[in-house]
Amino acid sequence: MKNQNLLKTITPYLYLVPAFLLFAIFVFFPFGKTLYLSLHTTDPNGDVSFFNGFNNYINILTSANFMNSLKVTFKYAILIVAGSIFMGLVTALFANEKVAGMSIFRSIYALPMAISSASVAIVFTFIFHPSLGMLNYLLKTNIAWLIDIKYALMSVSIVTIWMNIGLNFIFILAALQSVDSSLYEAAAIDGAKFLRKHWSITLPSISPTLFFLLIINVINSFQAYAQINLMTKGGPGKATSVIVYEIYQEAFMNNRFGIACTESVILFVIILILTLLQFKLEKKVNY
Amino acid sequence: MKPKIKPQKIVFFCINLAMCMVIIMPIVYAACLSLMPPAQLYDYPPPVIPETLYFENYTTALSLAPIFRFILNSFTVAVACTAGQLLTGALAGYAFSMLEFKGKQVLFFIMLSTMMIPGQAIIIANYLTVSRMGLINTYGALILPYLTSAFCVFNMRQAFLQLPVELNEAAIMDGCTPSQFFMKVGLPLVKPNLGALGVYTFLNVWNQYLWPLLVTDSKNMRTVQIGLGMLQNADSNAVGPIMAGVVMILLPSIAVFVFGQKQLIEGLTAGAVKG
Repeated sequence: MKNQNLLKTITPYLYLVPAFLLFAIFVFFPFGKTLYLSLHTTDPNGDVSFFNGFNNYINILTSANFMNSLKVTFKYAILIVAGSIFMGLVTALFANEKVAGMSIFRSIYALPMAISSASVAIVFTFIFHPSLGMLNYLLKTNIAWLIDIKYALMSVSIVTIWMNIGLNFIFILAALQSVDSSLYEAAAIDGAKFLRKHWSITLPSISPTLFFLLIINVINSFQAYAQINLMTKGGPGKATSVIVYEIYQEAFMNNRFGIACTESVILFVIILILTLLQFKLEKKVNY
Repeated sequence: MKPKIKPQKIVFFCINLAMCMVIIMPIVYAACLSLMPPAQLYDYPPPVIPETLYFENYTTALSLAPIFRFILNSFTVAVACTAGQLLTGALAGYAFSMLEFKGKQVLFFIMLSTMMIPGQAIIIANYLTVSRMGLINTYGALILPYLTSAFCVFNMRQAFLQLPVELNEAAIMDGCTPSQFFMKVGLPLVKPNLGALGVYTFLNVWNQYLWPLLVTDSKNMRTVQIGLGMLQNADSNAVGPIMAGVVMILLPSIAVFVFGQKQLIEGLTAGAVKG
């Protein structure tokens, strides 16, 4: 009887063991280790050489290199967020109209979700090719999109925006479909035009979703790596050296794992602030 | 109302068509380039339609890099991670929704807090752990860190919470143990959620880049996304073969998407949208 009670008490925990064991090993432990290493100088194997206090932080926050990568990341994030939400909104607005072939259109708008950043990056690298590429031909320009310091970040951003269309489209379309249709009926009587109707009715109604996407897009753009590595290698100069690229360089090119961990902590703090902001503001928007 | 096609509908149709063509263009273009004879690539204006179907690009791609091996690796890893996440997610999600126990709130909060830690911020430490374990260049390194996710646990909890309460009450009355209820009643009822999460997880793992780049360096253990980069490095002028590689690697993920998109879209948006 006693054994049975004991079993009853521990059963719920047994269901949690697999997930929590894995979280412990691959999330909490490395998180602690990242914090720990961020305060140390390490040898090329990643072993601690000596305690460094906050010197890593001071060095990084005063280093022009890292400040540059923060600046690049913020610029990149702004381009991504604006472009991705805009594209998601435009595609979803038109995909919400009842016209023939709509299910095919919707599938195509959502499709970029399934496409890996590596493949998109490789295809666009060719599209951006100065002499063989389609883009210069179509625009009648002669721009080295990925090599020119003025265009590199924008070019990488265009690729990332393309990748983000799917997710933004799906969420905005779902939000549009839950807008109270009586609002539109009233507008139809008023004779409101397409743009006006969406500006004054749709946008306010889906603002919680737009806000959610704002944060999701920012967080995703702060973690971008594949397209940068494959298209520009952070260049020209350091024009596209976003924060994750910088972390990778410190850890695996310069073998400075301590510094890389310090940069990781800063990345974590930035994303944490953004996430908390989302929770706080989301409540305000919803209720 | 007369059943007449309004001009506005035609305009909307055309706008949709134009936008779709722009969006799908890179993929179609890659497919065209993958079938283009090498000489045609240097024509001006840049050609889109291949003059002849040049399938040698595919055989060249396969000789430049072991693409089938990459596909096998990625497939193994993606299936294992998906199975792991669904299993651990369903178990934990079930406990958090249907069972009562001490510390439930605290544990749930701890689990949620892992969502605050972005993968890229702990990737260096995870790399060091995995390399200490001697797992570099093994499936273990590729799979183990991705066998569970808070996103999955959270979504499975939501799925179980949506089942009617009476169901659980009736089962307890009938002397059904938690494990019996989980296996016989709970899991079958949340199948659609498992499907959506499965598609989502599979695509995410299939498309991973940084982690497999860090933990593999032997040719035979590379996954598809890293393999693409290898192909590009092997001969960056071999545009046709590179695009053939892109197409071969995209096909599985597009197939999964087409097959699972309905569930995927419903599952992704069910919890998040209140707008």
